Amino acid sequence: MNTQSSAGPALVVDRLTKRFGERTAFSEVSFAVDYGEVFGFLGPNGAGKTTTVRTLGTLIAPSSGTASVAGLPLTAANGVAIRGRIAVMPESPGLYLRLSVAENLTYFAGLYDLTDRRERIARALKAVGLEHRADDLCRSLSKGLKQRVGLARALLTDPQVLFLDEPTSGLDPVAAREVHELIDGLRRRGVTIFLTTHRLAEAERLCDRVGIMNTTLRMIGRPDELRDQLFAKSIEVRTRQPLADPDRVLAGLPGSESWRRNEDGVYVLSVTDPDIAAPAAARAVLAAGADLLALTPTRHSLEDVYLQMIDTDVEAEQR
Amino acid sequence: MITSLSTTRIRAVIGKEIRDYRRNRFIATTMAIMPILFMIAPIVTIFSLPADVASQKLDAAIGVSVLYLTLIPALVPAVVASYTIVGEREQGTLEPVLTTPLTREELLLGKALAAFLPTLVISYVMYGVFLACAGLFAHPNVSDDIFQAGRILAQVLFTPLLAGWSIWAGIAISTRASDVRVAQQLSTLVSLPPLAVTALMGFGVITPSLRLALVLGLALLAVDVAAGRFVAKLFDRERLLTGAKA
Repeated sequence: MNTQSSAGPALVVDRLTKRFGERTAFSEVSFAVDYGEVFGFLGPNGAGKTTTVRTLGTLIAPSSGTASVAGLPLTAANGVAIRGRIAVMPESPGLYLRLSVAENLTYFAGLYDLTDRRERIARALKAVGLEHRADDLCRSLSKGLKQRVGLARALLTDPQVLFLDEPTSGLDPVAAREVHELIDGLRRRGVTIFLTTHRLAEAERLCDRVGIMNTTLRMIGRPDELRDQLFAKSIEVRTRQPLADPDRVLAGLPGSESWRRNEDGVYVLSVTDPDIAAPAAARAVLAAGADLLALTPTRHSLEDVYLQMIDTDVEAEQR
Repeated sequence: MITSLSTTRIRAVIGKEIRDYRRNRFIATTMAIMPILFMIAPIVTIFSLPADVASQKLDAAIGVSVLYLTLIPALVPAVVASYTIVGEREQGTLEPVLTTPLTREELLLGKALAAFLPTLVISYVMYGVFLACAGLFAHPNVSDDIFQAGRILAQVLFTPLLAGWSIWAGIAISTRASDVRVAQQLSTLVSLPPLAVTALMGFGVITPSLRLALVLGLALLAVDVAAGRFVAKLFDRERLLTGAKA
């Protein structure tokens, strides 16, 4: 990868705001992303994700706030230098369809003033598995392959920060999985990635941390941290027959706060520590003479977190 | 405006543009057909002139011929230049380009040169063919009029200057237009006014002279430079990407 310019984080954003006249694209956004981190930026359409990427990519100017990108303060004067240290892959790969894959990459290698163009193009094509398609016209490629060419273009310079804006948008599941694997490969190589997406499974799988955005940054943290912040931990206990006196069996178990019946033979325990509560619940059920069919920690997905956040926003708007 | 331009980046833009034009059927056809069409009328005119044509009629006929030939550097690059920015926006290729270290001056200069160089070659080749036809096949009275030093100088001098105007006007329209066809129609219209000078010379309203040609040439050069600067100011990344002014 490109030599990191300083010891600080790859991205530092402090109360950044962008307004278009009366409309606020995003407001008072603050976060930091470390080198080598994959940071997911989640939010519904119109939440300000793409505008944030464009702002950090020096394509549009912030209305207020400060930021540093790849060690450089985000200013108009630093635009060329910042763009030389980062790479942005917009939602649409934006390839010249009348040019071949290699011609597209050669053009961009020229725009980055790269000297060892052939080697870099070969390396980038190999990284996305397209070394045998270099001479194909881009118009002949499938959407998934075009997205891979876009990724190869972003990798030409070994960027310090790679911005990927909805990289799997509009792709079929197979093509999306291929792009996921490529991003996973970049992550293992230590590339700093800023990934905007509204595919929550994608963020959960690929990102070290995520921020949930809806004009303002609503939450930030590791996916499991966000789950813990929003949802109580719980364990589902399933028995063959309903317990005769479930309150006597399940109330006051170590590591457990409360219980409720979900349906006949299914009970949900709210727990503080699943590692203590689960064995205690198993022992209690068996001691009561019941047959224990399953004991499952209830796992909330990032989607649950996301929907909870967005529902809260919708309710707030309706009020 | 011009601070530390990278020739590598400008060359990259020129190379890509010319490669893309060659494979763009509309632009390739325009560049190939339009000059030929504008050369047919002048050649037919000079061949149809009788040997004893009156000098006033001869001047008018040659004037029309020259006007046709100056349409080549005016109209060909207008069509090409009007495509440059709005075409990229329509294809979705503008944003990736703007995310690179390429400056707006480098982008605009590269695109302008990519339209300018082929236009210059085509225009001079067409004029050369016209001169060759006149020298070889036209009546000596006619060819003597065509081969006047003032006429040749005006054509040689005004060809790049007219092309320059058309290109900057085309790019200016292209940065603001939201549709390629509209941009091409407007650019074609805007490229025509400077032709008035060559038309007046061709029709003998203004007597062509070395001094006049140089003065008008310098004036057109100044307009071209000012137009280039104006276009750089018009080029607003934020507006191009979001439709909103920075």
